[in-house]
Amino acid sequence: MQKLESRHINVHYGTTQALKDINIGIDANTVTALIGPSGCGKSTYLRLFNRMNDLIDGIKIEGQIFVDGKDIYEKGTNVDSLRKNTGMVFQKPNPFPKTIFENVAYGLRVNGITDQKFIEERVETSIQQVVLWDEVKDKLKKSAFELSGGQQQRLCIARALAIQPSIILMDEPTSALDPISTAKIEELIHELKTKYTIVIVTHNMQQAARVSDHTAFFYLGELVEFGITKEIFTNPKREKTQNYITGRFG
Amino acid sequence: MKTSYKKISEKLIESLLFVSSMVTSLTVILIVIFLFKEGLSVFNETPVEAGNVIAVNKKNPLSSLSSEQIKNIFDQKITHWNEVAGSKDSILLFRLEDISNYYTDEQIGENFEHLPECISKVVDSIPGILAFFPEKYLSKNFHGKKIEFNKIALKEFFLGKEWFPTAQPAAQLGVLPLILGTLWVSFGAILLALPLGLAAAIYMSEIAKPKVRNVMKPLIELLAGIPSVVYGFFGLVVIVPLIQKLFDLPVGETGLAGSIVLGIMALPTIITISEDAMRNTPRAMKEASLALGASKWQTIYKIVIPYSISGITAGAILGIGRAIGETMAVLMVTGNAAVIPHSILEPMRTIPATIAAELGEAPDGGLHFKALFALGCILFIITLCINLIVEYVSGRKTHKAH
Amino acid sequence: MKTINENKLAISKRRSQNIAFFLLGFLGYFIVAILLVILSFIVIKGFSVISWDFITKMPEEGMTKGGIYPAIIGTLYLVAGSMLFAFPIGVLAAIYMNEYVKDGFVKKFIKQMTNNLSGIPSIVFGLFGMSLFVNKLGFGDSILAGSLTLGLLVLPIVIRTTEEALKAVEDTFRQASLGLGASKWQTTRRVVLPIAFPNIITGLILSVGRVSGETAPILFTVAAYFLPKLPTSIFDQAMALPYHLYVISTSGTNIEESRPIAYGTALVLVLIVLITNLLANALRKFFGKKVKMN
Repeated sequence: MQKLESRHINVHYGTTQALKDINIGIDANTVTALIGPSGCGKSTYLRLFNRMNDLIDGIKIEGQIFVDGKDIYEKGTNVDSLRKNTGMVFQKPNPFPKTIFENVAYGLRVNGITDQKFIEERVETSIQQVVLWDEVKDKLKKSAFELSGGQQQRLCIARALAIQPSIILMDEPTSALDPISTAKIEELIHELKTKYTIVIVTHNMQQAARVSDHTAFFYLGELVEFGITKEIFTNPKREKTQNYITGRFG
Repeated sequence: MKTSYKKISEKLIESLLFVSSMVTSLTVILIVIFLFKEGLSVFNETPVEAGNVIAVNKKNPLSSLSSEQIKNIFDQKITHWNEVAGSKDSILLFRLEDISNYYTDEQIGENFEHLPECISKVVDSIPGILAFFPEKYLSKNFHGKKIEFNKIALKEFFLGKEWFPTAQPAAQLGVLPLILGTLWVSFGAILLALPLGLAAAIYMSEIAKPKVRNVMKPLIELLAGIPSVVYGFFGLVVIVPLIQKLFDLPVGETGLAGSIVLGIMALPTIITISEDAMRNTPRAMKEASLALGASKWQTIYKIVIPYSISGITAGAILGIGRAIGETMAVLMVTGNAAVIPHSILEPMRTIPATIAAELGEAPDGGLHFKALFALGCILFIITLCINLIVEYVSGRKTHKAH
Repeated sequence: MKTINENKLAISKRRSQNIAFFLLGFLGYFIVAILLVILSFIVIKGFSVISWDFITKMPEEGMTKGGIYPAIIGTLYLVAGSMLFAFPIGVLAAIYMNEYVKDGFVKKFIKQMTNNLSGIPSIVFGLFGMSLFVNKLGFGDSILAGSLTLGLLVLPIVIRTTEEALKAVEDTFRQASLGLGASKWQTTRRVVLPIAFPNIITGLILSVGRVSGETAPILFTVAAYFLPKLPTSIFDQAMALPYHLYVISTSGTNIEESRPIAYGTALVLVLIVLITNLLANALRKFFGKKVKMN
């Protein structure tokens, strides 16, 4: 059984079709990169896996998305616990207007955990996982806004890890960061792979090549090509893919 | 030639624009000057209207009296001179009309030509006398002692418990009841309006469908546009009788009626400003919360409200400001009793309502007139402070977001 | 904390959300209900009073009968007078603030002062108008004094709405015009103002709504309890709708008998606000499309 699977996914925003018949299967403990020019639907696709698109007015979703073999768009799905099982990291670092500690503890608290000792332990392990502990351990009570952009983004990853998801969705997580912070996050993705299934949307071709095992290339709402990253980048089967990864458009 | 003409006219236009833009600043400055010049001069006045004299027997060691003491003497709450550091006699009040008890009309004279002399003699002959009469009847060789009045003191003004500016012989200018009345009514209003307004703001910005919001928003703008006198009228014919019946009161014109009307009037301010603040919460921040498994409601009270708290605070403070400065609606429904309130179900009087109700009767430049301007100064300072607090609070937010 | 109470947790989260959303929605609609009650009360009570005679006849029998014609005319004069004063100055000031002055002390100062002015309670404007216009400048209780006082009161509103209208004009228009060698004023007058015009007018209409309902500033500067004839010059006193409503509902000779007149006057005031609001919205929509089309 594959960890994530989409079958005949069609998404419409009003009258425009954002995704056309997408079929992909993703194995556990792999990194899958979604690439393609702006507006190709890769972000929309990513957000299907934790039903983040539900919030958009006038959206219509057809087809099935399976997580651990269960169709998450079926009626009666517990969306909160689905999302609890799926960590998400966004384009720009978006810490909450709370302390560093409370940012990471947030996911635990909203999921009904009140044991303070348990929370403290989990916060510490999560921050350690993103290699941020040494930098913030003395200012856990300070506002998260006081951290640098790169630190904030790692904190946001720690926040996602704290609820112990099995899947991590990343929506261009380094697009607002400097090269050094970017490198740190890419390194982190490598390490997290052993425990989590990661899907990452990126604009950055080299990043996709560096961090992912599989790559899906989207164009105008269609899945043009999906396969092992090395092959996509060295020997694409479709001309459109070739053009894109060599920078001839997009 | 042509270009220089163009240059000059450009300059002229720019100066015209500059002058126009200075009008608001100039107005604020003029308001401050006019208000404070007239208002502060109240502290150069004595509580006894100019042209009147209060005198005692010259053996009385007393030298000055405060307005409260004068009032208490005339109300006969103080009946003995030693209560105000005077002689050992008990006080005998003497008003101008009392002269007929001592002298006949003939002795006074047809045109009151002997009146000053008579008064002088009376004052001289009774040790415990306190005489109050017009200055024009003060004899040239007066045998009594004129009492100096203390000027109205700041403390007396702010902490005085009685507002009775037309009282004779000494005006009572204590603004404490008015300040308390204003605070009671305004805080009552905010207590009612804040939860309601916040709920509506949350509903409109986070929960309601766009269609519902598009109907609610203009309605609330309309609520802001209705003139205060119409609210006052509605309060007078609907809310006041309702309160009277509901609480079984002798009159329905109470602080509560004012609070309800003001609360309704403060709603649009609170709703619009806090809704704006909430809608400014970054979408990504809300999504991050939902992605962690938080419900929509958890996201609202744990993320959206803390994020927009400065905007919400600004809305609430501005709402209080509106309530404090509001005149007509309050004037029409609160009953306007200038006494220190003990319950919200009593008639109350606010500062703006006092100005509106009394300025028409106060003679230009008189003590009463000046006292009303002093009230205007208090109002001006309160609203200025509120403005500054709002700016500070909402300025802090932009700072934090960076 | 694992799967066992997962469902329980989801149910309790759902339940508190349902309760909260129900309460919030209820309170939101409650406010709408308050507004509708106020509006419909005044419309229903006032509707039977309003007639052609009501708005064109003089008050009769101690203002318990007849119409409110002089109050309507007085309010018209005051609206016209205050707008004649505040509109040009406000627009010019906004142009200076948005198009001319650079960021710095002067701009900050003017902004702060305008802000302060808009926060001053209307009764303080009344005090100020009386001491400056009525007494110091010797206009007496007059339409002139009242208009100027009201004009100062709405000036910050005119400035703010005009500034917003000017800000909404994209910079490319300015750059294009300046690039063709037009001067700053030419650019402002021929390019910026025409584009911003509809929004400026919208602001003007909203200010009219505001001015026509203000009572406190006119109490001591112009308003008359009753006048047997219409004002003939700007140095005359005038009756005005909001003041009329105030006096006949609180201190008239016969409050009970003049109640119907009060309901009618209240309805006229509400109608003015309704009409100005609707007009402003309609203009915004109409011109909004037109500007985009061009």
